[in-house]
Amino acid sequence: MLTSGIILLEGGLLNPNPGLIFWTAISFLIVMLILSKFAWGPIVSMLEEREKGIQSAIDRAHSAKDEAETILKKNKELLAKADAEADRIVREGKEYADKVRSELTEKAQQEAQKMIAAAKDEIEQEKRRALDVLRNEVADMAVKGAEKIIRTALDAEKQKAVVDDMIKELAASRN
Amino acid sequence: MRVKAISRILALVVPVLLSLNSHVFAVTSQDEATVRETATAAAPAAPATVAAPEAAAPAEATAHEAEGEEKPGDVIMHHILDNKIYPIEPFGEIHLPEIAVKPFGIDISVTKHVVMVWLACAVLLVVGLAVGASFKSLSSKQSPKGMANVIEALIDFIRTDVAKSNIGHGYEKFVPFLVTVFFFILICNLLGLIPYGATATGNINVTLTLALFTFVITQAAAFKAQGVVGYAKHLTAGTHWSLWIIMVPIELIGQFTKPFALTIRLFANMTAGHIIIYSLIFIAFILKSYVVAMAVSVPFAIFIYLLELFVAFLQAFVFTMLSALFIGLATAHEGHDDHAVEGAHH
Repeated sequence: MLTSGIILLEGGLLNPNPGLIFWTAISFLIVMLILSKFAWGPIVSMLEEREKGIQSAIDRAHSAKDEAETILKKNKELLAKADAEADRIVREGKEYADKVRSELTEKAQQEAQKMIAAAKDEIEQEKRRALDVLRNEVADMAVKGAEKIIRTALDAEKQKAVVDDMIKELAASRN
Repeated sequence: MRVKAISRILALVVPVLLSLNSHVFAVTSQDEATVRETATAAAPAAPATVAAPEAAAPAEATAHEAEGEEKPGDVIMHHILDNKIYPIEPFGEIHLPEIAVKPFGIDISVTKHVVMVWLACAVLLVVGLAVGASFKSLSSKQSPKGMANVIEALIDFIRTDVAKSNIGHGYEKFVPFLVTVFFFILICNLLGLIPYGATATGNINVTLTLALFTFVITQAAAFKAQGVVGYAKHLTAGTHWSLWIIMVPIELIGQFTKPFALTIRLFANMTAGHIIIYSLIFIAFILKSYVVAMAVSVPFAIFIYLLELFVAFLQAFVFTMLSALFIGLATAHEGHDDHAVEGAHH
């Protein structure tokens, strides 16, 4: 251990050598100046350019994604709107149809009512006319009966029987 | 497949080890007598507190230096230390040019580590310029390929995760420095792991220079961000005036410990790894055993080598990260009050 230490120190491991310092400094400076002009400069500028390019590409991708998202959102909104519209149209159509149907049925019922009323009126009139005719006929028959009674007015009983018969007849025919 | 590969590696490694071992055998057996002599001769000179066998080691080292022989310690230090001779071992060595001009009384002759620094700079320039050119021809819609892709990933990592997250606002100015320092250290570290390479970042002068760059940039950024008054105010750390006599020296020392820590961390990490690899290999030579070589030295050296590969990246990252952190600490000081306010809110 000690010997190796002595050898190292005797060997002049730490000896200063101004010539070497001089040449190293000169060489290093020259190399640094040449390379920073012709090598590192172009490479670093290229790296920066590429960095910018990548950044802009990323930015573009992000903006494209945002745009796509807004478009998608818009599309969804439009779709929802269209759905609502369709719903509304169907509902309106149904309502209209209901309304029309109820109107039509009401109208039909009214019409039917009217027709029934008209028919009833007519029937009443016909009945009245028939009654008039019947009354006239009854009167005629009564006159005829009276005529017959008068013609056969010899017998009161007979008269009475005749009148009764007539009344019965009338009652039967009236019913 | 794997068995084949392993047998092939063994076939390559074993003869090399055999030849090396026999060589060392020859050298050591030859030297034994002289070693004893020198050891006994040097023992009285060594400190009395050190035990005899331990005392022999430095004595041996000095003795063999004189004789021109190699001992493990010397070999290791020879590999790690800077040198004016570039060894290409079996083929000889290159004597690097000594520059006679000494501008300020300093010797600026080329050494082994200067060569490695230049080599790293050359590799960095070639790779950087090629990648820069391929990026210039690229339109913004094309993706980078191959080498450009690797470099771009590292630069992007340093730019965003190191610079941006540590410095914050106005980090762009510091990116070229951080990127360069990262690649420079990384390439220096990796060159040290290549055969015939040397680790320039394992030399304290190189790491000191790099840390000085960080220091200068940190101080300049601090002055620019806070002004002279703000800088002086920061040195008092916002304490009561009676504490300034303690706080100002502490803060001043703090300014210098940061680059010092950077210097020592990188230097020690790179040097230690290499010393461990060499030491593991020398265990086999010291014990003169093939078994130890195959069971301990080679596998452990390979393991440490792979660890070093990781450490090469890690230390480059740590140096860059801490530089960014220090710059961030120096510049973002108006943020202190904001942090306090934020803390109160939370």
